Amino acid sequence: MDMNQYLSMFIDESNDHLQSLNENMLELEQHPDDISIVQVIFRSAHTLKGMAATMGYEDLSSLTHQMENVLDLVRNEKLKMQEVIFDTLFQSLDALQLMVQDITQGGEGKADVSSIVSSLQSIVNGDLAPAAPAVPADSATGSSSFDGNAVQLDEYQHSVLEQSISEGHKVLFIEVAIREDCQLKAARAYLVFDLLERYGEIVKSHPTVQEIEQEKFNRSFSLYYITQKEPSEMKSMILNLSEIDTAEVAALDLETLGQLSFGKKEAAATAVEPSKQANDVVPASKSAVPTDNQSGGRTAGGGASTPSRTIRVDIDRLDVLMNLLSELLIDRSRLEQLADEVRRPDLTETVEHMSRVGSDLQNIVLKLRMVPVDTVFNRFPRMVRDLAKSLDKKIDLIVVGADTELDRTVIDEIGDPLVHLLRNAVDHGVESTSKRIADGKSETGTVHLRAFHSGNHVFIEIEDDGSGIDRNVILAKAIKNGIVTESEGAAMTDEQVYMLLFAPGFSTAEVISDISGRGVGLDVVKTKIMSLSGVVSVTSKLGKGTKFSVQLPLTLSIISAMLIKVGSEKYAIPLSSIVETGLLKRNEIRNVHGYKMIPYRDTHIPLLSLAELFEVKDFDENNEEESEIVVIHKGDRLAALTVEDFIGQSEIVIKNLGKYLPSIQGIAGATILGDGQVALIIDSNAFIK
Amino acid sequence: MGAEIKVIVFKLGHEEYGIEVDKVQTIERMMPITRVPKTLTFVKGVINLRGVVIPVIDLRGRFGIAEAEHTDQTRIIIVTANEMEVGFIVDSANDVIDLNTDIIDSPPDVVGGIKAKYLHGVARISETRLLVMLNLSEVLNRSEIIQLESLEG
Repeated sequence: MDMNQYLSMFIDESNDHLQSLNENMLELEQHPDDISIVQVIFRSAHTLKGMAATMGYEDLSSLTHQMENVLDLVRNEKLKMQEVIFDTLFQSLDALQLMVQDITQGGEGKADVSSIVSSLQSIVNGDLAPAAPAVPADSATGSSSFDGNAVQLDEYQHSVLEQSISEGHKVLFIEVAIREDCQLKAARAYLVFDLLERYGEIVKSHPTVQEIEQEKFNRSFSLYYITQKEPSEMKSMILNLSEIDTAEVAALDLETLGQLSFGKKEAAATAVEPSKQANDVVPASKSAVPTDNQSGGRTAGGGASTPSRTIRVDIDRLDVLMNLLSELLIDRSRLEQLADEVRRPDLTETVEHMSRVGSDLQNIVLKLRMVPVDTVFNRFPRMVRDLAKSLDKKIDLIVVGADTELDRTVIDEIGDPLVHLLRNAVDHGVESTSKRIADGKSETGTVHLRAFHSGNHVFIEIEDDGSGIDRNVILAKAIKNGIVTESEGAAMTDEQVYMLLFAPGFSTAEVISDISGRGVGLDVVKTKIMSLSGVVSVTSKLGKGTKFSVQLPLTLSIISAMLIKVGSEKYAIPLSSIVETGLLKRNEIRNVHGYKMIPYRDTHIPLLSLAELFEVKDFDENNEEESEIVVIHKGDRLAALTVEDFIGQSEIVIKNLGKYLPSIQGIAGATILGDGQVALIIDSNAFIK
Repeated sequence: MGAEIKVIVFKLGHEEYGIEVDKVQTIERMMPITRVPKTLTFVKGVINLRGVVIPVIDLRGRFGIAEAEHTDQTRIIIVTANEMEVGFIVDSANDVIDLNTDIIDSPPDVVGGIKAKYLHGVARISETRLLVMLNLSEVLNRSEIIQLESLEG
């Protein structure tokens, strides 16, 4: 069987599982006694292991297997979670992440994990866990009571099944036989397990999952299964998988269950109540999935997530869709013009209807490109945890609005700047624990990460309750570094002073620490955000904390622009770089040092001629009495650009000029106008030095 | 025996040139071109090819042949090479022929006006008909263009 076709699916799903493992581990760290979280983690690790084994990534599957052994002890309450275990498990997750990355890049997913494996093993053996009763490793799989012939339940499993029946869940005994000519029995079995795990929980299987994975089974296996589905439904779903010979599904009630088992009831006391668990899972997974349906759809033990109603789409295909759509919109405006000229009512009506459909289509396509910021945010909790740990600080990261949506192209770019700002907040913002106690603050610092919509923008805020920014410290440093003079500094507002943090080569940390002193300053953050047409600002209260606010456009592919004309040529100037438009009398132009300047408000700004800059042949403003000007800005600096005429404001779709013309000074890209003509988009930043 | 390849034939002046058909996306009639300032003179600008913005080169100008007025026969050949999409303005393009790679000779030392490195070879179709095979990646070579730009700038 060719595994390549499953590779991308494997990578996607592995990443999902790793993410969920990370999130739930963090959650568990907050609530170490919550077994339901351990169950979820165990399930994820287990699925990961199964997938890795099927795909033949042995290092991956053996590491997850060791993790499973530890988790199994924890979920059976034979081992208590403690810091050593957390650290080891987190290390394992990092190693898994590296392996998956390696596979993504075409590697074999091999890594030397022997040290992690041996520490996991010693945890299982009880060497690192004096508090917990030592348990021999081989019982970790829970299969030690298995006698090799029938599927025997231990007391714990029996009581879980019993509980489930009385809770109204269905307990099924399923026997599946795989066709004799099947090449990869283990892979088929995995598909069955995967299917079952989607709709419920497998309590016990014969042979054990490990044995099945190693193809140590003939061609049939049987299992006990808790679900909400009807037996007939499960049967047909299993039979729908290819290369399955037979599937027998029998529903069990309390009586038949009793006959099957030798179980005693005492175990029920220690068993985790399924209903309680199911309820616990919802508040426990604080991750940003508010729509997660409540325990109703969940089965005992929680966690069997409902299959998601989404598909993954290649971003390139969306781009193609977008291109086709903009073509359609261009044709639409042409049709509108034609209908106007022809003046036939039925034609006008049809064109109007088409216009409405076109607008709806445009909205939908734009929405398709929107992704929740969660895809970026989800790695931050782990990052902050590790940072705080290495700095010996106590920090809570509170994420709000992770479901806020942004254009995919922005999402891909915004991660690094946010990482930087968060590191900054953890490292420089929040004080050390001892200082916080001395200042009468709570021992644990808080960093808020918020995202929300406002108008056509998305705001992302990073706010800490640390020591705040000291105006004087910043100014002193800026003056020392020659960024501002003393008199300039004195005249600056607090906000302007804070913005000095973003000046190139500026770092406030007295001691360059391991975390933020890597030669990359906040100026890189600012440049990146500006390149996304975003704005970053800082507010701060000394002693109370600092807030970095990043404002981003909803989408990068469509912007508002002013269309202008110079001779026979049309250009678009992004509204974001325009201050205002106006009229200029020729006699107001002054010559200063060979440069043309014009009075503007109470100062003079340079005057640039677009016709000269772009060597337009069929227009010369020197013949005019009055010139139309556009005042443009780059940061605080202004300049005026003479144009021939304004055409009007318009929403334009940004296209690049292609690889053959990678970068032309003063041109930011191109767009297609309603008449099908290409107009160039002016990058006014290039004109202001 | 060499392999059979399909070749699009186009004309610049009196000479016939060939591009392998799998490098050619489409052949378009002349359409409005938006001038792009501050580029080399043979870069005529960009066109809107069904929603995609594509740069257009005058192939005469690229090869240092005097540029000619556009006629009814003028075509833009959209080619793809080195992950670049570019349109070539040519005098005419109206033939597709099958060619055996055996009949392609390496380019002669001196070829009328065009640097030999732009050529992949010359195919002798008949006694009177020669076809100059283009070496697309050299024609679209950016490093040479960057040199040209810095000379002009």
